[in-house]
Amino acid sequence: MKLKQLSAALLATAILPATVFAGEVEVLHWWTSGGEAKSVAELKKMMNAKGDTWKDFAVAGGGGDNAMTALKTRVVSGNPPTAAQIKGPAIQEWGAEGVLANIDAVAKAEGWDKQLPPVVSQVMKYKGQYVAAPVNVHRVNWLWVNPDALKKAGAKVPTTWPEFFETADKLQKAGIQPIAHGGQPWQDATLFESVALGVGGADYYKKAFVKLDQATLAGPTTVKVFETLQKVKGYIDKGAAGRDWNLATAMVINGKAGMQFMGDWAKGEFTAAGKKPGKDFLCVAAPGTANSFTFNIDSLAMFKQKNPAAQKAQSDLAETVMSKDFQEVFNLNKGSIPARLDTPMDKFDDCAKKSKADLTTANKNGGLVPSFAHKMAMPSATEGAMVDVISQFMNSSMTPKTAAERLAKAGKVH
Amino acid sequence: MSSPNKASSWSALADRWLPKLVLSPSLAASLLFVYGFIAWTAWLSLTESRLLPDMTLSGLVQYRELFDNDRWWTAVANLGIFGGLFIFCALAVGLLLAVLLDQKIRAEGALRTIYLYPMALSFIVTGTAWKWMLNPDLGLQKLVNDWGFPNFTFDWLVDPDKAIYTVAIAGVWQSSGFVMALFLAGLRGIDDSIIKAAQVDGASLPVIYWRIIIPSLRPVFFSVLLILSHIAIKSFDLVMALTGGGPGTSSDVPAIFMYQFAFTRGQLGLGAASAMMMLMTIVAVLVPLMYMETRSAKRG
Repeated sequence: MKLKQLSAALLATAILPATVFAGEVEVLHWWTSGGEAKSVAELKKMMNAKGDTWKDFAVAGGGGDNAMTALKTRVVSGNPPTAAQIKGPAIQEWGAEGVLANIDAVAKAEGWDKQLPPVVSQVMKYKGQYVAAPVNVHRVNWLWVNPDALKKAGAKVPTTWPEFFETADKLQKAGIQPIAHGGQPWQDATLFESVALGVGGADYYKKAFVKLDQATLAGPTTVKVFETLQKVKGYIDKGAAGRDWNLATAMVINGKAGMQFMGDWAKGEFTAAGKKPGKDFLCVAAPGTANSFTFNIDSLAMFKQKNPAAQKAQSDLAETVMSKDFQEVFNLNKGSIPARLDTPMDKFDDCAKKSKADLTTANKNGGLVPSFAHKMAMPSATEGAMVDVISQFMNSSMTPKTAAERLAKAGKVH
Repeated sequence: MSSPNKASSWSALADRWLPKLVLSPSLAASLLFVYGFIAWTAWLSLTESRLLPDMTLSGLVQYRELFDNDRWWTAVANLGIFGGLFIFCALAVGLLLAVLLDQKIRAEGALRTIYLYPMALSFIVTGTAWKWMLNPDLGLQKLVNDWGFPNFTFDWLVDPDKAIYTVAIAGVWQSSGFVMALFLAGLRGIDDSIIKAAQVDGASLPVIYWRIIIPSLRPVFFSVLLILSHIAIKSFDLVMALTGGGPGTSSDVPAIFMYQFAFTRGQLGLGAASAMMMLMTIVAVLVPLMYMETRSAKRG
């Protein structure tokens, strides 16, 4: 009897440190670089103001891969953090494991359905119930341009693909590398995505990369997309293999290259180099995608908590993340735009304002599409298989027709 | 009278049990952490595990999917190219260096240290350094171009068809010094009188090496093959640092394949299946080698 009590007490002390204390939120994230870390500090301050304690659980490196490994260990051991930085269909995958918390109560009280574009709120829900809160919206289909380089070559900013190749030819003649690119699989996929949206349009994009329609994926439009990509490939230098995206951005900044296809996190590199948007660099939609918007949204998925105090703190966290104040300050630091549509934009720069305006238009005309290169559109297995095909195409002499067939085959992986 | 007796029986007991007692924690640890986890991985490879482990058996689905995956076959082919070249070249270079060093030359100690030094580096450092040296815009190619040979090209690192060979180059550079040290130790263990006898019989130096010394290094060959082949099959860090598996997936190897599918793509079952295939490859190579080695040791 005594032994039993003793062992129970021992067990309790062993478990106790592992449980989350009253009013404590533990958030797993990999926002560790300059501007991002500042944003997280802001969130911590806001949570402290609400009387909750903040426990940081930052796992840097590997674009979140390391953090995901840490998360899996914690969830398998039955001790998940309050929230974790998870995005896109991965939220559904975690939901299917039955470990995410329902935060519908907060969402209803705050009216999230009205504040978020339906395409966005859909991603945040598992089986119709909110399980995650979005913190920002990145636009992926940007083309970053060095206007001085274009002026030197006597070229103009392209808005369609024929214009793009004209500009690229002129740049090449002037001895300037037309496109700055890094030959890493995700960058290849980012480029492909913008080409696909520009050549095929939003309806094609949705059919092929959201619904994974086999006929569309193997069809003539995909072949045309790959043909265009092949042409684009010709304007990329050989040294691009393995180059990091920010080094490619640096090539545009110092005029070595004319243009780069990259999401709006590239803006941070330009501003850090003291460049002004609209004057030293231009942000324009990738050719043919002016009315569309490929979104990449970071979000915090909420994990089930046993302790009622921890549940209360979790609701506070969800509420804070979606507050106008947080959405504004987080995104000013990170370079993206607020997910909440009614956040005031007057403190943001021109690129962000343009992004916001395009988001609103695209939301109305159906051009708002998830970025599959950034894990927003399909399960990670399918996305991985597709990225493999694209990066193989970029690094071999595969014909556009074979590439389309392989892409369709990759679409069946799930 | 009884106390020394008692003490001796205690010490007899300790003699009998102490070694077993001392060895048991490490035995238990390796049973659990090596063989236990091998068994767990084998089990996972027979399930439909996705993001998290799922323990319901589903047969050989994952293996079928694995054999249907183009990228897996690229990785296997690369392992063949890299493994073959790496083992053969490291062996040849290491043996040659050992034989040359064995000629009673001056400053042998210093030279030996220089050749052995790459071994002190981790594969990550080797990979990163060679990445800079082989980068066409930064390293060797640029150097030779700047010397006045503008047509010289050496861009294997960024050429999808040749990237895997750069991994072999860096691997050989790293490991041949170690192979040399092993062979040198073997050479020093050979009885001088055999060589002297051969010299008396009028055998030339190459013949002595080819006919007498190298054949008597047989056990060293076995150890070297054992070590090199397992380094080759599990190679991960060198490829990661040098090419990152790229350009594209052209220098992918099974270890990288396994890591990516199991941990970043939410296909734990498929990753486990590829890990089992790697284990089977190692077993297929090493078990015959070890069997031959023990058999020859018994005979010898």
